[in-house]
Amino acid sequence: MAENIEYTTTGKPHPYHLVRPNVWPLISSFAGGFFCLMMLLYFPGYREALAAGGTELPFPTGPLIGALAIMICMFFWWKDVIYESVVEKAHTKIAEVGFRYGMALFIASEVMFFVAFFWAFFASSLFPAESIGYVWPPVNIHTIPAFDLPFLMTMILLLSGCTVTWAHHAILEGDNESAVKGLGLSVLLGVLFLGFQVYEYAHAHFGFTEGIFPSTFFMATGFHGFHVFVGTVFLYVCYRRAQLGHFTTEKHFGFEAAAWYWHFVDVVWLFLFIAVYWWGSEVGMDHTALHGVEAPVADGAAHH
Amino acid sequence: MNAAHSATADDHAHDHDDHKPGFFARWFMSTNHKDIGTLYIIFSILAGLIGGLFSMFMRLELQEPGVQFLTDAAGNPDGQLWNMFITAHGLIMVFFVVMPGLIGGFGNWFVPLMIGAPDMAFPRLNNISFWLIVPAFLLLIMSAMIGAEVMDVTYWTETLNERGMIIGDWFGRGAGTGWTIYPPLSSTGYGHDSIAVDMAIFALHLAGASSILGAANFITTIFNMRAPGMTLHKMPLFVWGMLVTAFLLVLAVPVLGGAITMLLTDRNFGTDFFNFAGGGDPILFQHLFWFFGHPEVYIMILPAFGIISHIVSTFSKKAIFGYLGMAYAMVAIGFVGFIVWAHHMYTVGMDVNVRAYFTAATLIIAVPTGIKIFSWIATMWGGSIEFKTPMLWAIGFIFLFTVGGVTGVVLANAGMDVALHDTYYVVAHFHYVLSLGAVFALFAGFYYWIGKMSGRQYPEWMGCLHFWTTFVGVNLVFFPQHFLGLAGMPRRYIDYPDAFEGWNMVSSYGAYMTGASTLFFVVVVFYTLFFGRRAEANYWNVQPQSMTLEWTVSSPPPFHQFDIQPAVK
Repeated sequence: MAENIEYTTTGKPHPYHLVRPNVWPLISSFAGGFFCLMMLLYFPGYREALAAGGTELPFPTGPLIGALAIMICMFFWWKDVIYESVVEKAHTKIAEVGFRYGMALFIASEVMFFVAFFWAFFASSLFPAESIGYVWPPVNIHTIPAFDLPFLMTMILLLSGCTVTWAHHAILEGDNESAVKGLGLSVLLGVLFLGFQVYEYAHAHFGFTEGIFPSTFFMATGFHGFHVFVGTVFLYVCYRRAQLGHFTTEKHFGFEAAAWYWHFVDVVWLFLFIAVYWWGSEVGMDHTALHGVEAPVADGAAHH
Repeated sequence: MNAAHSATADDHAHDHDDHKPGFFARWFMSTNHKDIGTLYIIFSILAGLIGGLFSMFMRLELQEPGVQFLTDAAGNPDGQLWNMFITAHGLIMVFFVVMPGLIGGFGNWFVPLMIGAPDMAFPRLNNISFWLIVPAFLLLIMSAMIGAEVMDVTYWTETLNERGMIIGDWFGRGAGTGWTIYPPLSSTGYGHDSIAVDMAIFALHLAGASSILGAANFITTIFNMRAPGMTLHKMPLFVWGMLVTAFLLVLAVPVLGGAITMLLTDRNFGTDFFNFAGGGDPILFQHLFWFFGHPEVYIMILPAFGIISHIVSTFSKKAIFGYLGMAYAMVAIGFVGFIVWAHHMYTVGMDVNVRAYFTAATLIIAVPTGIKIFSWIATMWGGSIEFKTPMLWAIGFIFLFTVGGVTGVVLANAGMDVALHDTYYVVAHFHYVLSLGAVFALFAGFYYWIGKMSGRQYPEWMGCLHFWTTFVGVNLVFFPQHFLGLAGMPRRYIDYPDAFEGWNMVSSYGAYMTGASTLFFVVVVFYTLFFGRRAEANYWNVQPQSMTLEWTVSSPPPFHQFDIQPAVK
């Protein structure tokens, strides 16, 4: 509709990949809805309300079935995608460019998801409220020293970034054996990171419900931890696919998507480490001098 | 790569017979952008009737002072029921009518057609984008209809056996938070202990996932699948609108996702994000919500801008005036839309300098919006204008959207807004840009393209009658609300002082007229689908200067169009 446009034809078939009808989107949607509904019933308040009405929900069967259904859908959906790529060779060059756009946009939307949690963190830490003594970290919060375990976790993630890059170069060189090794190591490092995070949560001197510091801390790091989990699974899928010889020097976007995602998770962690663990846990000024009040003894100190 | 190429080419040789899959595969397992677009449009119309029904009830209640209809079992005014109605109406209209209609419906149908692509980039993702809004909508309806009482079986037996059927029984303590779901009204302890709010939150999570996936799909399609030669500066304006919209969705919706996730943990797991006693801040939620919410209003209007540009050009028999200006005005609106959010929050106690900034930034938006309005007028200027039904809706859109835009300039000023905040003036403003803007564009697009989509054309008199009754009806509904707001009538109340009776009555009569007009639209739809005359490929006789690729294929288009790729010179 811009001026001077004329429509003609290339005379050639289009180069895109058209997909056959597929049942997994439908099932995935309703699995997602079912999962949400079931989780609601198991939220503490409603579970109690149900129990008071005589309906005990002893074991989270519903949410587990929902989560399992979602995972089954993902497995079969992506199995179809891999089949179309590896067996049918349907992913043309231009279709692959499309995957790149798609993955980049997905990561962009994930970045904005984290923006919400960082916004909450900075709003609370730059303008600490009266109820936490106008200081950050709040009075009574015994923070996690940034250069203990969190620094080790930083190193683990950075190292896993290196192993992923090793795998990438190996794929480009056609050295599949090294690619499998690099991916396997990356998966192990991801699992190690998650293990340390569980350890850190178990030993934190503040509980999830003890004010705004734990709220922002657990939400931001927990959401990140979930992404590490997803990324680890993604890398594991690539590890298996590398073993099956799916990746060629020319064509290995599945791997690249996993690597992009992993680097994204890595960068988010660096922001978390600097902002939440380091600046947000140590920068607090001496509130006793500022407000002329006696600092209450931190709950966590009793554990030492 | 060559092997893959020739394999695709072979497939096309077989595809030429326009073979459609069976019923279940075609409509439930679809990977076809036109079928998915059709599903979206059907969904949008159904949800629109439900959302419209809520507004009919609201206008019925507000027709006279006092509470006549929305009462509890004892006949007392039930304010929570009222709150539930405004919440359901708002959420349904935004997330389940305008967005699925404009983006899912027309976007799906016409973006691939206009850029010369055979389908969307990710057809399976396209299908899950549609189907996710179905459980989302079910959750939202449940959130409106049930409350904490639903957990108690005796409540239901008592209700059905003894209390008879009154509206309150069917809807219980539904979510009455408003579509903005601000804490502490939406928090437990203060406002809503009911499971309904959590259901609404999950409904928004699912609808949000649908939007994000759909947006990524549109951007990929537009960047990657344009016909050779179609540079961005030769792209139809509807596609430009969809492109900007999709970027807004990708960047704004996840922030809402984060905000409602924090609300969910605040409500159920004892976090303190929005709880002042724990060091959190309820205003934080407003910031997060409107960081999403303001781009969201442009998400609803930018595709509408695109549709209007096509219709105005077609029926003026002129090329669109200032094509590049029109395209970049939308980009500018999209960009500035991200940095004006706190103009929704002038009364929360922000610093005067902050309010000065948000006032200035908001007023800036009037510039690209003015570019669009004046360019539409300039397109019509000196044109050979045909007042066919789509053109009537488009001119109606330009007129009424301008009215809404002008009141927007008034409200953009923090000093004015402090007086008008949460009055019916605001209600009038955003209904002029949304129900008289975005919804007019929905109808404009419907009448413009129904022949293309169904292969059948509506009778012209039916379209005209629908337009004029709606035009008079909605103006009767919303224009008096400016007066009510200026006189100080607050929004979101079930009742009002007698002094406001006159204009409220006018407003309600207008609503009934609009409701009747909408039912007539349903008649138009069915008449067209079953008895409409057959439409040719270019049934509007679109001239070369307004031409877009959808007019080069048959009506309806083949199941897969553009097997042979088009090109642009």
